[in-house]
Amino acid sequence: MTLPFGYIARNLAARRLTTTLTAGGMALVVYVFATVLMLAAGLEQTLVSTGQDDNVIVIRRAAQTEVQSGVDRAQAGVVESLGDIAVGRDGQKLVSKEVVVLINLPKRDSNKPSNVVIRGVTPVGVDLRPQAKLVEGRMFRPGTAEVIAGRSIAGRFQGAGLGETLRFASSDWTVVGIFDAGRTGFDSEIWGDSEQMMQAFRRLSFSALVFRLADTSRFDAVKTEIESDPRLTLEAKRETRFYADQSELLSKFISYLGTTISVIFSIGAVIGAMITMYASVASRTAEIGTLRALGFSRTAILVAFLVEALLLGAIGGVVGLVAASFMQAIAISTMNFQTFAELAFTFTLTPRIVVVSLSFALAMGFVGGFLPAARAARMNIVDALRAA
Amino acid sequence: MLLPRLIARNAFRHKLRTALTVVGIVVAITAFGLLRTIVDAWYAGANASSSARLVTRSAVSLVFSLPLTYAQKIRQVPGVRSVSWANWFGGVYVSERNFFPQFAIDAPTYLDMYPEFILSPAERKAFMTDRKGAVVGRKLAEQYGWSVGDVIPLRGTIYPGSWSFTLRGIYDAEQGVDQSTFFFHWDYLNEAIKRIYPRRADQTGVFIVQLREPGEAAEVSAAIDATFKNSLAETRTETEKAFQLSFVAMTEAILLAIQAVSFVVIVIIMAVMANTMAMTARERGSEYATLKALGFSGGFVARLIMAESIGIALFGGAVAIALTLPLARAFAERMGTLFPIFFVSEETMLLQACAALCVGVVAALFPAWRTASVRIVDGLRAVA
Repeated sequence: MTLPFGYIARNLAARRLTTTLTAGGMALVVYVFATVLMLAAGLEQTLVSTGQDDNVIVIRRAAQTEVQSGVDRAQAGVVESLGDIAVGRDGQKLVSKEVVVLINLPKRDSNKPSNVVIRGVTPVGVDLRPQAKLVEGRMFRPGTAEVIAGRSIAGRFQGAGLGETLRFASSDWTVVGIFDAGRTGFDSEIWGDSEQMMQAFRRLSFSALVFRLADTSRFDAVKTEIESDPRLTLEAKRETRFYADQSELLSKFISYLGTTISVIFSIGAVIGAMITMYASVASRTAEIGTLRALGFSRTAILVAFLVEALLLGAIGGVVGLVAASFMQAIAISTMNFQTFAELAFTFTLTPRIVVVSLSFALAMGFVGGFLPAARAARMNIVDALRAA
Repeated sequence: MLLPRLIARNAFRHKLRTALTVVGIVVAITAFGLLRTIVDAWYAGANASSSARLVTRSAVSLVFSLPLTYAQKIRQVPGVRSVSWANWFGGVYVSERNFFPQFAIDAPTYLDMYPEFILSPAERKAFMTDRKGAVVGRKLAEQYGWSVGDVIPLRGTIYPGSWSFTLRGIYDAEQGVDQSTFFFHWDYLNEAIKRIYPRRADQTGVFIVQLREPGEAAEVSAAIDATFKNSLAETRTETEKAFQLSFVAMTEAILLAIQAVSFVVIVIIMAVMANTMAMTARERGSEYATLKALGFSGGFVARLIMAESIGIALFGGAVAIALTLPLARAFAERMGTLFPIFFVSEETMLLQACAALCVGVVAALFPAWRTASVRIVDGLRAVA
C-alpha cells in the first residue's frame, strides 16, 4: 500500500516559504549547470559546423592555426596539381589559396580592441563555404579594397557595418556586404580578395589552402600523398577536424570550470533540501506514527518522503531549465585561446542537456531526501505517536 | 552575561540542522573566495606591471612584427631612457598540454629593465655568455623538475623546427610577479631565422621602452607612434598595464561569467540559510511569544533571531576563510603554469567576511520581522 501522491504534494504546498526557498536554491544550481553545458555545446556546435567534411585544409606542419601557418607559392602549386581535387562546373579546380591574418579592431560598445580574423579568399573559396550567405549589400569585387563582414562582427566592431570603412595595413577598406554564416566560426570573420590582402600585408606566402575532395573517402590517400612529398612541409586535415581541434581547449576549460562550480553549488542545494526534509519529518512525527498505526509500511513512508524530496528537486530543475532556456537569445563573444581571435557563439539547449540537467536536479533531491526519509521510516510507532 | 548564552544555546538546539547550515556556508564562501581569486589571477599580469614602462607593437595586431631598426629611432624620442625588445616564441614542450610563455629577449637590456626578476650574478653571467642559454622562473623549473645545466627541447609552432636550450639560471620574484616564463636570447632565434627565412629576420614582436619620468607616458607614447606614422609598419604604444589589460579585455566574457557565478553561489546559500532561520523561528513561535508576554519587546526578540543568524553565518565564514588558503595553494599547484600568479588577496578575504555577514543578516530579516510583529496571542496559539 502506498501513500497517495496528493498527500505528498500537499505537504510541499503546506509550507510555502520553505518549499520556495529550497526549490529556488536548487533552481539556481540547475540554471548554472545547464547554462555552462549550453555554452560548451554552443561552442562545440559553432566550430564543428564551421567545417565541411569533404573540404581539406592544408597548413604548414606543426602550425596549429591558419594564422601561424605559411605556404609559399611553389608548395601551393604542388598541392594544386593533386589529382583528387574536385572540379567545378566551369572546369576550374575547387581550391582556394587564402591569407589569414589577425587585426586589432575596437568594439563598438566598450571601445576596447580585440583580435578579428581577416581572410583573403578567392571566388572559389567563397563557393567552398556554402554556409556563408550574403544577407545585405553585395559581394566584394576582386582587385579592389572591398571587404564583406560576418554578421557577428558587423554589429560589434567599429567600422565593420555595411557602408563603413575599416583602416588596416595602411589602406582603407569599404565594407560592401554583410554575410551570415549561421552559427559557424566564419560569422566572426571579415573576408576580402586574397591577392589584395597579400599585397596589403606584404606577404609572399599564403596561410592555408582549402580544397574540396572529388571523392571524400580518398582523404587518407591524399593526406599521405601531401605529407610524404619531400617538396612539401605541410599537413592536411579535414576541415571539420581542423575546427573541432581549435575549440578543444576553450570548450574543455568551460566544461571543467562549469562542472566544478556545479558540484560545489550542488552541495549547498543538497544541504538545503536535507534541512527542509529533516524539518518536514520532525514536524510530522505524530502524523508518521498515525500512518504507521493505520498499516502503512516502513517502505511506504520511505517512498513518500523520497517522492516529496524528488518533487522538490523536479520543481527546482524545471524552473532552472526554463530560466536557462532564455539564455539562448544571448550570444557570447570571447577570445579563443588557441586561435587568439574573437569568436562569437550562442548558448545552445540540446535534448541531452535537458535530460542531464533534470537528472541532476532529481539526484540532488534524492541525495538530500534519503537520510531524512530513512529516519522517518525507522521511527517506532509508539514513540512517534507519543510525540504529539 | 545571560544573553550570549541564550543565543548560543538556541543556535545549537538543532545540532544537525545548524551543522548542515554551517557546512553549506563554508562551501559557498570558500567557492566565492576561490572564484574571486581566479578573477584576480587573470588581472595579475596587469597589476604587476610597472608604470615606467611602455610597450610598442604593430598597429595592425600582435601577429605582425616590427623591424629591429625601430629600436634606434625609439631611443632618440625625448623622454626615453632605454629600449629593449622581446618576441613571443610559442614553442611546445613535449606535448601541447604543457603550456608556458616563452620569449626571445635582448637579454642585457631586458634584464636591466625588469629588476623584479632576481637572478644571481653568477647565473646571469652564465646566461649572458651562452648563446643557447635560457633562464626560467622558479615555479616553472619546479613544475618540470628542471635544474641548471639541463637541456630543454622545444618544438616551434611559429618558427618551425626543433630547438634546444641549456638552462643557465632560475629567477626568483616577489609574490605577485610571474615566475613561470621561459626567456632565451633573441640573437639565437634571429640567427636561425636568417638561415631558414631570410625575409623574417631582424624583426621583433614588441619593443619595451623604459621612461625617464613615469608621468610622461602619454606624451612619449604619442611621440613614438608619430615617428612611425605612415610608414610600412605603423606602431601602437601604450603603457605596460594597458597592454596587459588588453589581453584581459579579450576574455572579458568569461571573466564576467565567473564573477556572476561567484555571486550566484552567495544567493544560493542565502536561500538555504533563510530557510533554516524561517523554520527555526516558526518552531519557536510560542517561545518567542512567551518572551514577549513576559515583557520583552518585539525588537528584543528580533535582535535575538538576528544575532543567532549572524553568529552562525560568521562562524561558517571564518571556517571558510581558513579553508580557502590551503585550497587555493592546492589548486595553484594543480593548475601549474596556467595561472602563474595565484594567491588569495586580503581584499578577497574581506569580501568573504562581508558576504558571510550579508547572508546572516538577509536570512534573519523576514523571520525577525514576522516574529517581532506577530500578536502574542497568535504566537502562543501557533503550533510548530
